[in-house]
Amino acid sequence: MVESYRRRSPLASFGLPARAAAQSPEAVADADLQLGERPHRCQINLRGNPQDGRFLEAVRNAAGLALPTEPNRVAAAGELKALWLGPDEWLILGPGGRETELVGTLARGLQGQHAGATDVSEARTWILVAGGRARALLARGIPLDLHPREFRPGHCAQTGLAGANIILQQTDDRPSYEIGVTNSFADHLWHWLERGAIDYRVAISV
Amino acid sequence: MLLISCPHCGPRAEIEFAYGHEAHIARPTDQEKLTDAEWADYLFMRKNPKGVHYERWVHARGCRRWFNVARHTVTHEILAVYRMGDPPPALDR
Repeated sequence: MVESYRRRSPLASFGLPARAAAQSPEAVADADLQLGERPHRCQINLRGNPQDGRFLEAVRNAAGLALPTEPNRVAAAGELKALWLGPDEWLILGPGGRETELVGTLARGLQGQHAGATDVSEARTWILVAGGRARALLARGIPLDLHPREFRPGHCAQTGLAGANIILQQTDDRPSYEIGVTNSFADHLWHWLERGAIDYRVAISV
Repeated sequence: MLLISCPHCGPRAEIEFAYGHEAHIARPTDQEKLTDAEWADYLFMRKNPKGVHYERWVHARGCRRWFNVARHTVTHEILAVYRMGDPPPALDR
């Protein structure tokens, strides 16, 4: 476990909170794109066989989540989410600080099963891309069709963006997207997003 | 750019995938009886058809699962996508 007071987000060097505080209210209201970081989340990689009722029940008891079995879908329960990553793999997302307790509860519930829960909270950060221009910006680098008939809130996907492997999820209809990217690629991806958005009116969202 | 249908994620762009070469090559079980020529055949010799090729792909940037593809090497048409372990489908081309 990493002590929370020593944690430093991968994008800390960009000084995003200070940039956000320096924006005029008019600029924020006028923006057609919001960019921001959503770091330090509880992230747990979960493996198990969804055909096994005991596995699904153990997860339901431990996290209160019904795991999505349809590919590239997100299930939410309270403050937790489960993102489909593969036919026997999910990513559980929650507010930072819950990871140690939750991974322990899951591990106890899954004891004796061919299943596993791993705390991967330190592996990646999440970047918010939201607003009227979000789809246009992402279309410059993502090979997926993000038109609402294909990709909507509650959908997720793993793909590539600007050379980085990412997890993409849409969280609302503004539209808002969240991009999960490994810490080592976060700096590069933020540069790419800001440069790609050079024609748009960008507000930093914290 | 090929559009490849991952058995789990559906149609995705070729750049999300990695190629795994010819499918259905089983490692010999009677290894102590093999001649050098038979070993060489297992290790190195691959089909190079002008027509349907049965090959493996992995959805490397997506769900990271392996599967088989029947692809026409002239037209790049993907004629079938099927799971690992399944026999190759009969295709009359």
